[in-house]
Order: sequence, then structure tokens, then C-alpha cells
Amino acid sequence: MDSTILQMQDITKTFPGVKALDGVNLSVRQGEIHAICGENGAGKSTLMKVLSGVYPHGSYDGKILFNGQELKASSIKDSEAKGIVIIHQELALVPYLSVAENLFLGNETKRRGLIDWQEANQRAAKLLARVGLAESPVTPVGQLGVGKQQLVEIAKALNKDVKLLILDEPTAALNDDDSEHLLNLLRELREQGITCIIISHKLGEIEDIANNTTIIRDGQTVESLDMADPGSTQNRIIQGMVGRSLSARYPDREPNIGQVVFEVRDWSVHHPTQHERVVVNKASLDVRAGEIVGIAGLMGAGRTELAMSIFGHSYGRGISGTVLMDGRPVDTSTVGKAIKAGIAYVSEDRKKFGLNLLEDIRVNTTAAGLGKISSRGFVNGNKEIQIAEHYRKSMRIKAPSVLAKTGNLSGGNQQKVVLGKWLHTAPELLILDEPTRGIDVGAKYEIYTIINELAASGKAVLVISSELPELLGICDRIYTLAYGRMTGQLPKSEATQERLMELMTIEKENVR
Amino acid sequence: MTLKTELKDIFTKNLRTSGIYIAFVLIVVLFTIMTDGLLLSPINLTNIILQYSYVLILALGMIMVIVAGHIDLSVGSLVALTGAVSAVLVIKTGAPWWVGILAAVAVGALCGVWQGFWVAYVGIPAFIVTLAGMLLFRGLTYEVLNNVSLSPFPGEYQQVAGGFLNGLLGGYGFDMFTVLIGVVAVAGLVWSQYSTRRGRVKFGQDVESMAMFIAKNALSAIVILWFFWQIAISRGMPIVLIILGVLVIAYHVLTTRTVFGRHIYAIGGNLSAAKLSGVNVKKVNFWIFINMGMLAGVAGAVFSSRSNGAQPGAGNMFELDAIAACFIGGASTTGGVGRVTGAIVGGLVMAVLSNGMQLMGVGASAQQIVKGLVLLLAVAFDIYNKRRAGEAS
Repeated sequence: MDSTILQMQDITKTFPGVKALDGVNLSVRQGEIHAICGENGAGKSTLMKVLSGVYPHGSYDGKILFNGQELKASSIKDSEAKGIVIIHQELALVPYLSVAENLFLGNETKRRGLIDWQEANQRAAKLLARVGLAESPVTPVGQLGVGKQQLVEIAKALNKDVKLLILDEPTAALNDDDSEHLLNLLRELREQGITCIIISHKLGEIEDIANNTTIIRDGQTVESLDMADPGSTQNRIIQGMVGRSLSARYPDREPNIGQVVFEVRDWSVHHPTQHERVVVNKASLDVRAGEIVGIAGLMGAGRTELAMSIFGHSYGRGISGTVLMDGRPVDTSTVGKAIKAGIAYVSEDRKKFGLNLLEDIRVNTTAAGLGKISSRGFVNGNKEIQIAEHYRKSMRIKAPSVLAKTGNLSGGNQQKVVLGKWLHTAPELLILDEPTRGIDVGAKYEIYTIINELAASGKAVLVISSELPELLGICDRIYTLAYGRMTGQLPKSEATQERLMELMTIEKENVR
Repeated sequence: MTLKTELKDIFTKNLRTSGIYIAFVLIVVLFTIMTDGLLLSPINLTNIILQYSYVLILALGMIMVIVAGHIDLSVGSLVALTGAVSAVLVIKTGAPWWVGILAAVAVGALCGVWQGFWVAYVGIPAFIVTLAGMLLFRGLTYEVLNNVSLSPFPGEYQQVAGGFLNGLLGGYGFDMFTVLIGVVAVAGLVWSQYSTRRGRVKFGQDVESMAMFIAKNALSAIVILWFFWQIAISRGMPIVLIILGVLVIAYHVLTTRTVFGRHIYAIGGNLSAAKLSGVNVKKVNFWIFINMGMLAGVAGAVFSSRSNGAQPGAGNMFELDAIAACFIGGASTTGGVGRVTGAIVGGLVMAVLSNGMQLMGVGASAQQIVKGLVLLLAVAFDIYNKRRAGEAS
């Protein structure tokens, strides 16, 4: 039991401009369940991609020893041949194929070049029994729930003679019963000698099941905790995950806070395709004029879903609840109405949802507020250039002219164009979803400065961010969201990363 | 920027937009030489206009469809159907010529409503909807015509595609009216270019050098005036050229200067971003197809007038000529990019190719092969340029 199956030594992985992993060490013992914890973007998934050969040998620095031998995987197929199988958060099953077809996809049992379906189905039935899934092998995978699909994925891994199973957030999309079943299955597999690495945000789960926990922060290993040790509590893990100091990365600001401008009451949203799944559950919040309010929550907590459903019902279905602007209920059921009501939403993915990269700064700046510069359907070209130029100057967008294509700008400048576009609609409330994602440090400071200026001009600002230091650095008040529910709110004076993390990981109905 | 570097840019950096114009000039020069100047003779220029006007009219609607990220395969059948309806009204029931034309446009718009509904509100890909429309409208054409051709149209109706305005302001060996139109066209072009330039200068934007501006406009002016002169000394102003000219200006303005036009480009450039910017995507898509139907109706009227009757098989493959014109004119296959002027020049490339080969006596089979290759090369060139631009940035 005490032999080491996996050793990752000094793993460093650099992307253009970013060091995602910086000398990470990970040591996993034979037959244990090893948890990996860290904030969003800490480098957990990157590390697992290095291990599973998604990033081939040679594209990173450092050494991986698997069963005592150096692992030089150049593809996922290579690492799978060695017995390392990764199951991603987004399941990789083909919904229209049967369970058996999915199980043996790329690994079919053939006789004289043809697939022997009888044998395949029999073998599939055995595999399904091993993972405790009572379904026929000929059922199309799309008819199974997420929990059962997860079991199919594990069965698929077992078929490949897995020695080390990696699960990325396996229970994030599961209900309590399915989660419980999955965790029990992992315990059984442990008895059978299969080693397991599990990435999870659910600290309760980790405390329950893991033998060891490795904490990663900012691409570096912080520490490894032996979970048998009574000192290895959830709080201990949180401390390790967030334990960095806040430096002067945020511009100073004197808040000048007025009346409540924006209020949401009992906002509920259902998943667009899985109708019974509640993504946002009776969330309520308010933002005052001149106030910067944050929403903290882990991946999958429903932050973006909350924002996008408010903004023109752009996400989900079965939406209920009230939105009030200046105390009056407003209709936000289409994007046009939401804009008219004075709401602007800056998406977390500016390339996909924010900009038309084929067009220039000018056209993008006015895209959401063409009505303001047109009469009888005709766009006033001179006024348009004037406005785009105004935002180019006030936002300090680095581009030769407003006729420059947005596709050629850097991330920070693209973000400024999106901000300009929404300011042009003259909103009362700006919802900023991950406003600094994928932007370098210098540009981040500029974006913070712009956000401060917006608040100073009396706008209400709602910021969604995965980076707790960012929220602590710029917000006056922070709400926490966990599993679609508002689990608390802290004023700036009381908010710490530890307290936020606690509120963000509340699992059951023990809401304040 | 100096004139020299600007000239260089036309052949290097800006090749993607200027390429189509360069290619057009090369093709015109090539066929002029190979036909001993016959291509640019006054009579032949007039012929090209009469012969290919309907493809250009279709290309105006098609460019909007393609920029929004769709395709319309039904316009050929729709040309036949609208022409047939008009023919039945005018020839069989003896309705006046303008009733026939209005009916053609109305039927086209109605078919556009039908297709727009399925594309925009039901969400079926335009490829499928218009493929169905292609069969549907062709079938309806057979029904309307009872499987037989109808002809001839009365004289007034034939004037639409075959008539000329000649001698309105007197002739002096040339038609004064035609020359006047040419002068007005040049004045309008220069004025609009100048006012755009003035606007940009006023708000501190970079513009091309004055020398380049004058050179460009002088060149366009010379080409336009020369063209109208040739027509003026031939048979005068073709009525269909007036229709075409009005439509080209209207659609150029619609696509570049209106909110509706902006929304088309926004949808084609980034559908998700357009939605999140408050663009009513369904409504815009709906109107794009209604518009396409209307223009197919106009083309149907023009074509039936030119062929002096309605045939069940009319308009076969027109959709492909219109689509080819757009792609040759620089439209992107994935939407978001394309201009009315590009589509018109693309259409003219196809027209000059066909006409030039006809003058040389090249057979229909070889013509098809050449047109197919030109389309393929044009899109390959566009993709090559895109990739090159991608690597540079």
C-alpha cells in the first residue's frame, strides 16, 4: 500500500505570456484516493492535462515517473496504454450511440474486421455490473442522466485496464444521491487496487473520501495534507488554497454610495435542456448607485447563469422572479428591453459574446446603441466616429484609429472596446462578468481604474469574478453564491478570502 | 502616407478587398485583346447590361443573405414562378403591364415571407429551407403555366428589359440624356466620397492622401464617363440599367448606412454577440428573406420581359450565378464579410467571362468549366489571404 505509483517532479508548463505551472510536485501512492484542490485557474486542470498526455511530452519541463518508469506520453492514447485514464468534467460520450458502442469506441472487439456485437454487449454488461449500473448495453447514452453517464465513463476506463483514474470535478453536475453512489464506487475501486486522483471543489467530499490532498495555488504546489491527520480540516484546505497576500494591485477609491438602483428578488432559473435542474435558486440581491458589488462563487455555482438570465433571459428557461430598477419592476425578457431598462452586461467571453472581431472599433462601439446615433433607420456616420473616438480616448484604447479591426487588438484593449460599447448605451447598472479574464496585469489595473470611474460617476456596478483577491480589492460588498443559492453577503470590512470560501462551499440547505 | 506606399498597399496589404477589382480589369483587358476590341464595343456593352442585369439584381439580395450567414438556393425557381405569374396575368387575362410587374414582386415577397418564417422563426437552416423552396417554386411554376410556355408579351412589357430612353434631351450623334446621367453619377460618387472623407478628417481619423483620393476618383470618373459615352453613341439609356442603378445605390446605402444593414453584418460576424447586443435576430433574418424574394420578383419580371414570355424551365441555375457573384466579389463563406459593390463586380466578372467566351465562339460546356474554376479560384484566393492575414497578426 505504501509504494508510490506516480511521481510528478518539477512540472513547469508555459503558455504564451503565462506560466500556468511553475515547478509543481505531486506524489501519489498506490491504491489511494488523492484529492487536488485549488482555486479556479490555479493550474489543477493543466496539471492533469500534462499527466494524461493532452500536452505531449516535451511541451513541458519536468519529469513524470509512473510505476517507477519515466512517462513520455505524446498523446492521450499513449498514457491510456499505460493505464492512466482521465474523465473530464465535460463528458466525452456520443449521445446517439448505445452504452456498449460508447464503451468500446476506438477499442472495438473485431472478428475478421467486423464488430462482434454479441460479444461486445456481453462484455459491456459485465463492465456495467462492476460499476453498479443497471442499464441495458443497447440503451442510447443520451437517454441516461448525467450521473449514469459518469458511470459509463468509469466503465469505459475499467475496460481500458485502468491503473490510475483521474476525475475532474466528477460530482459538480450530480445530485446528492448520484454523488453518494459515485463516491461509494470510488471506494470500491480503491479496494480493488485502482488509484484515483480527484479534482473537486466540494471540500466535504474530499474530507470524506481522500487519503491525501495536494493543494495548488498560482501554478505551484503549496502542500500535501495527510487526511488521516486530525488537523487536516476543511478550513485548513481553504487556508492553503487562498493563502496569498493582497498587494497594491488595486487602485484606491473613495466610495460615494447612494440609493438602491437595482434589485433582484427571488430569481430562479432552470437549466435550458435538463428542465428539472435548478441552476439559480431564489437568488436576491441589490446594488446601490456608486457601489461596486461582487458575486463570488465557484465554477458551476450559477454566477454567469444568474447574470445572463437577468439580461434578456439570455440563459435558461422557466425563469421566475422580479427585477427592479429604481424601485420599479422592469421587464428584462429580451436583451432590447433589458438595455432599455438601463442594464448592461459585459460577458466573460468577449470573443464569443462581446465583439464582432471582423469589424472595426467604431462599429463595435455602437453595436448595442445604434438607436442613439441614427434617425429614421439611417446611421449618422460622423456622429458614430465621434462617439467611437470619444471612448477610444477616455478608455485609453491602444489602436491606430477607430477604424482598426478589433480582431487585431490585445485582450485588454478588446475588453475596453466592449466596456465602451456598453457605456454608449448609458446604463444605470453594469454587470461585469470576469472583467479581467485573460488580461495581463498592467491592463488589469487600467480596467479596475475604469470600473472605479464608473462607480464614481454614480453607476451601479456588479462584478462577477473567480478571483477572490480581485473582488476583495475592488468591491464594497460581496455576495456569495453556491450551487445556485445566495449563501451570504459580506461588507468589504468583514470579507476575507477564508470567510468567502467558507460561504462559497456551503453544500446543503444550511443557508443563513 | 505617401502615394507610393498607398499604391503598393493596394497590391499587398489590401489585396483582399482590391483583388476583385484588379481581377476584373485583367479579365476585361484579356477578353478585349482576344476579341479584337469587340468586348468593349458600344453595342456589346449594351448587350452585356441587357443580358446579365437579372443576375446582378439577384446578387444584391444574395449578398445580404450570405453576409448574414445563410444561403438561398431557391431564387432561380422564384424567378421562374414570378415571371410565370406575371405572364399569366398580362398575356392570358390581358392585365396592364404594370400589374404583371407588381404581381411578380408581390409573389416574390410572399415566397420570401414563407422562407423567412421557416429560417428565422422555426430555425431550420436556410440551405434546407431554400432547397425545398427550389423544388416547391419550380413545381408551382409548372402548375401556374400548365406546363406550357406563354408568349408574347405586349410591347410595353418588353420595354422593361429591352427598351431604351433615347432622345429625351435630343441627340447630336449621341444621346444627351445618357451623357447627363453619366455626369450626375460621377458627381454623386465624388460628392459622397468627399463627404465621407471630410467627416473622417473632422474627427481626427487617418485618411488616404489627397493625391490618392484624387487619383482614385479621377479614374472612376473616367471609366464611368467613358462607359456612358459608349452607351450614348449606341442605342441610348437602357431602361433596365436605370432600374439596376437605382437598386445598386439603394442597397449600397441600405447595407452601409442603416441600422438594418449594421444588424445584418453583426449577425453574420458574431451571432451570439449580436443577440447580446439587443439585435432582434429573428426579425432581421425574416426581412432578409422577404427582401431576397422581392428582388427575385424584380429579376423575374426583367427576365420574362427580356425572353418575351414565361417558360416552365426559366431561371435554371440563376441561384448559382448569384451566389458565385457574391463569393467572387469577396463575400466570406462563413458570413459577416461582403459588400454590395463587391457582389456587383463579381457579377460583372461572371458576365464578362460568359460574354467574352460567347464572342470567341467558345462552347457552352467550356464556359461552364471556366466559370466553375473561376469560382473555385476566387474563394481559394480569399481563404489564402485570410490565412496570410491571420499569420501576420
